Amino acid sequence: MQISILGKSCSATYSGEHQLAIPLFLDRVPAGFPSPAQDYVERTLDLNELCIKHPAATFFVRVEGDSMIEAGIYPNDILVVDRSVRAEHGDIVIAGFHGELTVKELELKPVTRLVPRNKAYQPIEVPEGCELEIFGVVTSVVRNMRRKTSAKS
Amino acid sequence: MSRIFALVDCNNFYASCEKLFRPDLKNVPMVVLSNNDGCVVARSKEAKALGIKMAVPVFQIQEQIEQHGILLFSSNYALYADLSCRVMTILEGLAPKVEVYSIDEAFLDLSGLGSAVSLLEFGQNIKETVAQWVGLSVCVGIAPTKTLAKLANHAAKKYPATGGVVDLTQRERQQRLLAITPVTDVWGVGRRLGKRLDMMGIKTALDLAKCVPATIRNSFSIVLERTVRELNGESCLDLEELPPTKQQIMCSRSFGSRITTLEQMSEAIAQYTARAAEKLRQENQQAKVLTVFVQTSQFKQSQKMYSNSVTGELVLPSSDTRELNELAMQLLKRVWKEGYSYSKGGVMLSDFYDNDTYQPGLFDDVAKRPNNTKLMAVLDEINQSGLGKVFLARQGMNNTWQMKREYLSPAYTTCWADLPKIN
Repeated sequence: MQISILGKSCSATYSGEHQLAIPLFLDRVPAGFPSPAQDYVERTLDLNELCIKHPAATFFVRVEGDSMIEAGIYPNDILVVDRSVRAEHGDIVIAGFHGELTVKELELKPVTRLVPRNKAYQPIEVPEGCELEIFGVVTSVVRNMRRKTSAKS
Repeated sequence: MSRIFALVDCNNFYASCEKLFRPDLKNVPMVVLSNNDGCVVARSKEAKALGIKMAVPVFQIQEQIEQHGILLFSSNYALYADLSCRVMTILEGLAPKVEVYSIDEAFLDLSGLGSAVSLLEFGQNIKETVAQWVGLSVCVGIAPTKTLAKLANHAAKKYPATGGVVDLTQRERQQRLLAITPVTDVWGVGRRLGKRLDMMGIKTALDLAKCVPATIRNSFSIVLERTVRELNGESCLDLEELPPTKQQIMCSRSFGSRITTLEQMSEAIAQYTARAAEKLRQENQQAKVLTVFVQTSQFKQSQKMYSNSVTGELVLPSSDTRELNELAMQLLKRVWKEGYSYSKGGVMLSDFYDNDTYQPGLFDDVAKRPNNTKLMAVLDEINQSGLGKVFLARQGMNNTWQMKREYLSPAYTTCWADLPKIN
C-alpha cells in the first residue's frame, strides 16, 4: 500500500480569515519508511477549498440517528450542506418534512421519496400536494476518527 | 448618465433567521425580544397578522401570547450577524457596487446596467438567489434615486402582486406610487416632520414632490430639500461603500436586574470597558478620552431619578484594557451616587489615534507598560477563540446584573456545539 502525504489542513472556519498556511510536500512516501530528505514546498492546502464551493450558501449540521449508515453517514458526523446546489434525483439532501429537518437520499422518479440508507427504515413517501422543503444538498461528510477529541469549541 | 439604485431589504429579518432551522415554526406566530427580553423588536408575518405592534413591552401582550401560542425569542445577534453577512456577500457577487445600509438592508448601484438587462429580471434574480442560498426572503425596489428605491421597496413589501420586486424607473409609475403613499412613509420624514407638513396641506409623497425645493430648504432644511429632489428622480444621495472610520465606540446595556451597589456597578463598567477596548483594538485605534455614564430607569416615576456622566482623559492614547479600565474606575467613583437603583450604565471611548502615532508633550509622563500590545493580542485571541475567557478580576465572576436572554436560540451557524441536529 502506498500513501501520499499532501500536507495538513487548516482550521475549518469558512470565513477564510484565519487560514493556516501549511506547506505541501510533493513526495511519494512508501508506508512505513518516509524519507523527508527531498521535500520541497510547492503550495499550501486549505480543506475549505476542497469542501466548500460557495461559502455564503454553506451550512454545517450535526447528524443524529443511524438512518444513513449505509451511505457512510454516522451519528455525530458533521455534514457540509450547500444550499446553492439544486437537488437532483439521487442526491443526499437535508429536507424539512413534517416540521423536522432530516437527512435522506432524494428520489424524484418514479415518485418523490425520501429514502433512508439503512434497511431497518422505510422510505418516506411524499404525497403529491404535500410540501417537501429541501434545505440543501449534502456535499461532504466530516468525521473525527478519534471520537474523544471531537470538536467541541 | 442617469443613475439606478436598488434597495434590497430582508423580510421580517430576525424572525426569518429564527425560523431557518426550525421547519416546525413555519406558520407559527413568533416575536423576537429586545435586550433583557423587554420589548418586541421583530415579528413574524403571522404575529403581524395578529396585530402585535412593534416595540410593545412583552407584559402588555401576555394575553395574546397565551391565547394564540405566540413564541418568544431573545435576540440572537450571533445568528443574525452571520446570516446578514451571507446575504451581503451574495449581493456583492451580483451587483457592481454595494452599500451595506443596516443588518438587513443594502443599497446597490446598478447605474449603466439598465440598457443591458431587464432591471425587473435582475431584481427577481437577486430575490431568487438569496432565497435559494440562504433561505431568507427579500424585497427589491429599483429606482433612479435612493429615496425612490426605498419607496419602491416599500411597495414591493406591501403589495403581494408585485412578487416582491418593483421597478420604479419609469416616471409615470413613480407618480402613481407617490400619489398613494402617505408623506410619513418617505425616507427621512418622521412623524414630527410629517405633522408639520400635514398642517401645510402636504399629505402624500406626491404633494411633497411638487414643492419648490428652495422653499422647502428655507422653511425646513437642506436635508428635506434633497428628499424633494430625490422624489423627482434627481439623485442627490450617492452610494457609501466604505463605512467611515469610527469616531467613537460606545458600549452600554440595560441591566437584567437593577444595580444598587458600587461593587456591582464597577463590575458592569469594567466589563463594558473591556468590550469597548476590544472593539477599539479591532479598528487598530487608540483612544485618549473615556466617558462613563450611569442612569436610573426613565420609566418608573415612583423612584428617585438620577443620570450623570463624567469624562476623563489619558496622558497617552491607549487601547490597553488595563489602562482604560483604571481611568473608568476613577471616573465611576466620581459619577456614582449611593441610594439609587440604576437600570443602565456604559462607557464611551473617543478622540482616536492610529496606533502609536500620538505625539506626547515634552513633560508628559510617558512610561508605557512593556509588552502591552502583545498581551492584548493574546487576550483577544483567547477570548475570540471560543475556548475560554480571560478578563480582569474587576469584571467579576458572578454577574447577576447580566442581560436577561431567557428565550435564546442556539448559535446554529457560529458555534460547533450549537450546530442544527439532523435525524
